[in-house]
Amino acid sequence: MTNHWVDIKNANVIIVMGGNAAEAHPCGFKWVTEAKAHNQAKFIVIDPRFTRSASVADLYAPLRTGTDIAFLGGVINYLLSHDKIQHEYVKAYTNASFIVADGYKFGEGLFSGYDEATRTYDRSSWAYEIGPDGYAKIDETMQNRRCVLQLLKSHYSRYTPETVSGICGTPKETFLKVCELIATTSVPNRTLTFMYALGWTQHSVGSQMIRTAAMVQLLLGNVGMAGGGVNALRGHSNIQGLTDLGLLSDLLPGYLTLPRENETDYQAYIAKRALKPLRPGQMSYWQNYGKFHVSLMKAWYGANATTGNNWCYDWLPKLDKVYDVLQVFELMAQGKLNGYVCQGFNPLGSIPNKAKLIKAMSQLKYLVVIDPLATETSCFWENHGDYNDVDPAKIATEVIRLPSTCFAEENGSLTNSGRWLQWHYKGAPPPGDAKPDADIIAGIFLKLRELYRKEGGAFPDPILNLTWDYAIPHAPAPEELAREYNGKALADLTDPKDPTKVLMKRGQLLDGFAQLRDDGSTSCGCWLYSGAWTEKGNMMARRDNYDPSGLGSTLNWAFAWPANRRVLYNRASCDLQGRPWDPNRKLVYWDGIKWTGADVPDFKPDSAPAEGMSPFIMQPEGVGRLFALDKMAEGPFPEHYEPFETPIATNPLHPRVISNPAARVFRDDLAAFGTSKEYPYAATTYRVTEHFHFWTKHTLLSSILQPEQFVEIGEELAKEKGIRAGDLVKVWSKRGFIKAKAVVTKRIKPLKVNGTTVYHVGIPIHWGFKGIARDGYLANTLTPFVGDANTQTPEFKSFLVNIEKA
Amino acid sequence: MALQSLDIIRRSATTTPPPGVRQTEKLAKLIDISKCIGCKACQVACMEWNDTRDAIGHNHGVLDDPMDLTENSWTVMRYSEVETDRGLEWLIRKDGCMHCADPGCLKACPAPGAIVQYSNGIVDFHEENCIGCGYCITGCPFNIPRLSKKDSKVYKCTLCADRVAVGLEPACVKTCPTGAIVFGTKEKMIQHAEERLVDLKERGYAHAGLYNPKGVGGTHVMYVLPHADAPSLYHGLPDEPKIDFWVAFWKGAAKPIGNWLLGLVAFAAFLHYITVGPNEADEANDKEPEHAGGKP
Repeated sequence: MTNHWVDIKNANVIIVMGGNAAEAHPCGFKWVTEAKAHNQAKFIVIDPRFTRSASVADLYAPLRTGTDIAFLGGVINYLLSHDKIQHEYVKAYTNASFIVADGYKFGEGLFSGYDEATRTYDRSSWAYEIGPDGYAKIDETMQNRRCVLQLLKSHYSRYTPETVSGICGTPKETFLKVCELIATTSVPNRTLTFMYALGWTQHSVGSQMIRTAAMVQLLLGNVGMAGGGVNALRGHSNIQGLTDLGLLSDLLPGYLTLPRENETDYQAYIAKRALKPLRPGQMSYWQNYGKFHVSLMKAWYGANATTGNNWCYDWLPKLDKVYDVLQVFELMAQGKLNGYVCQGFNPLGSIPNKAKLIKAMSQLKYLVVIDPLATETSCFWENHGDYNDVDPAKIATEVIRLPSTCFAEENGSLTNSGRWLQWHYKGAPPPGDAKPDADIIAGIFLKLRELYRKEGGAFPDPILNLTWDYAIPHAPAPEELAREYNGKALADLTDPKDPTKVLMKRGQLLDGFAQLRDDGSTSCGCWLYSGAWTEKGNMMARRDNYDPSGLGSTLNWAFAWPANRRVLYNRASCDLQGRPWDPNRKLVYWDGIKWTGADVPDFKPDSAPAEGMSPFIMQPEGVGRLFALDKMAEGPFPEHYEPFETPIATNPLHPRVISNPAARVFRDDLAAFGTSKEYPYAATTYRVTEHFHFWTKHTLLSSILQPEQFVEIGEELAKEKGIRAGDLVKVWSKRGFIKAKAVVTKRIKPLKVNGTTVYHVGIPIHWGFKGIARDGYLANTLTPFVGDANTQTPEFKSFLVNIEKA
Repeated sequence: MALQSLDIIRRSATTTPPPGVRQTEKLAKLIDISKCIGCKACQVACMEWNDTRDAIGHNHGVLDDPMDLTENSWTVMRYSEVETDRGLEWLIRKDGCMHCADPGCLKACPAPGAIVQYSNGIVDFHEENCIGCGYCITGCPFNIPRLSKKDSKVYKCTLCADRVAVGLEPACVKTCPTGAIVFGTKEKMIQHAEERLVDLKERGYAHAGLYNPKGVGGTHVMYVLPHADAPSLYHGLPDEPKIDFWVAFWKGAAKPIGNWLLGLVAFAAFLHYITVGPNEADEANDKEPEHAGGKP
């Protein structure tokens, strides 16, 4: 989230799109009801299904699954053509006025630089025009036809209400009503918030869907504002924490990045990331990359990391490619990856195309599963009839199950969607031999280190020299790990302006990442988390909800990264002179000497407005990007591409480029995509509120509430197929079938799309062949093996199926 | 068992006067349908607090589960898909005991002390006195009590009388994530509802209203209904609930007549005794009939 859960109450318009907050985030959803009850907020839900969120919405707009970019592109077109943008904000705080380099082009569904053979772009033309001074060129009048605003206008001029309606199936009047409500927030003192979740991320164009929403928010001047922003609702209590600590295979903690295999030179690695400002007077905060990186390496390798060995740079893996889950299971299926450690993860249920996964896991030599539950993954070799039709005799994989504790059986911190690190305490001892994950990993590490010590190995250094100074080596305490990620001074830290003044004594815990150094005198396991456990104690355990501003900016409640800041980019909540756009919602302001306010300013505290530093300090140009430069795999402007399995078999915008041209597709998987002729119905998977992923089918209460697998279809499709509510139906895709009860509902309407009628089939996940709820099929039996071009998050939300009464 | 015998103001099939030294404030639970997202957390909280568990059932083609109130499920969510002038609406109502001020169940109950009403408004079943006759089910205008086949006792929501007695809110209120269920004095709940109605009317629900039906003397569980002109839209919530005529008659108007008749019979018997004397049996009549045990 750019903002945080409580801040939702400050919004004037709330859009839930690409998510179903009432269903999947019922506790956080209280802030939507609060905004409605006490801020007169209007609440809009845009979804293929009339969801639990829609049940309390002021306006519901249906759309076909996978067409969110078309919808939001239409919104951009509406805002630009009706002049409903926050002009001052757009001009000063976005790259609307920046001139784009000449080579950039878009036409027929492709951007400049496409290579069909590799399905990738040469992105070098997606750039600003750079002046002789080394800075990006701008045109303050924004009339230059190569400036971002003009290119934006031209790009989205194709997304007319008629086109949107034709692609999305949203009735034109409903679409326009949504646009009108959104446009009311283009004035400085009204804000819109977007709440989204996996309904955006799980598409082959998922990242671009989110980006389109961010662009809408920039045009409306809603980023950095109380009640504004783009807010990702995370699906696990600590998935934000996992992401922060390096979830993706090419990330290091704190969104630092692992080097690629061609990056053998340390200085070049740092220089590429410590970006210099692209406009005069800008902060370009990533210039501090080296400080974060060196402090991380000091946390890992201590005295072994020296300036002489480039802080152990050679010990870091250098990636030949990204090892996302799709890549890993592809390699497994090819027999090129033969051991797998699976921690708190049930890939048999969570990765697409179960048949491929079974094939892949059956070729492993060993599979280690660390989990509190007996997951389907750990039992993939068991025969459960139709639910898991395998022959155990033919599977030689050795499966080792290591029972771990649940969150309530250990101390620790959870990072919520709003970036708050909240400390929690052990509530009960774990059952049986279950151990905390840290103990299990420590046990494996110590054994490995012993083996390397005894027997040597091809590359023992990173293992043998890893800092491991926990009080009980086989059981690192959560408190120790927290202090490690906070960071400490390895030597006395003196004031750069006055070397006689000692700011931090050797061994002291740091106050925050501003104190990090790149000379090896500080260590820090995750720079973003620095400040979470200081000399004052555990900041994450704070529970003072005093809220003087009434904006929910409770700075003494837990710790929010970065630097206890509650709303990111909050400098943008003020005009150029440092006065809040909305005097009633003063997050921060310039008091004549410094930046201050209800929140921790996301800015250089003493930079006077007249100095001209722009609010988006992480960007080299200091402004929000409507044009994404080369940061996205499939183009600098989001473009509507159809799901890889599309019910309309074309892309009405450009029939020759139907789906994301830059999405990675493995050859065998291409053959496993179905067409709308054989599989005429648009399917989408989702969660229901009664269950949590594949866990709660192991608990009695949740299983009582939703005992048995079902799929949802509209009354019209049911009638056509002779299906009645409660019938058992078979749903199949090109990859397999499931059988489930049919819930027949008015809440899924047929949509008129591109001259045809599209029916949706809704497929809740949650069921499987382990647990105490009624046995069911893993929904990922059906889903296609393709992911977002940037994150490789699988396209669980849009694919094709057929259905009949079983 | 009465946890708060001091507060009982009415007791089924009992004529002795209730204790009178203490009066508590009237309390109420308010369920704001416009804030309810149907998450069923209240169902879970209810089962957890009361330690009741239904069996794992089946899907019946709808999201409702369990499908109905049972002796273990004292509250269930009812989902109705309704087309109104606003288009499709998905109306979700938490169903359970309404805790009527004039409780039909208590009136109908022939078992002394099986149903009681506390001065705070809670209507509670004391199962140890229940004889399993099911009259309370007939007497309830909302079709709430459920008879257990296992022990022939009737069960329903207690409004967490045990929690309320020690100053806590009912479990469902405590757990409700969106603040759709609130609890307090009946007066404050009515005020809260009025504030909500202003908001709903501004959003175009011209007939939004508070459901606190007069026919049962008002209730201690009330609803904020966006469509208060048609309560039955909400999965058959009675438009005008009242106690069944025959229950009301039998336990109301008929009761003094019955008592009078009973007295008359006793008086007549006494008169007969003193005028005619007792019946005396003779030996011939004491002999067993000859065909006893045989087939007719």
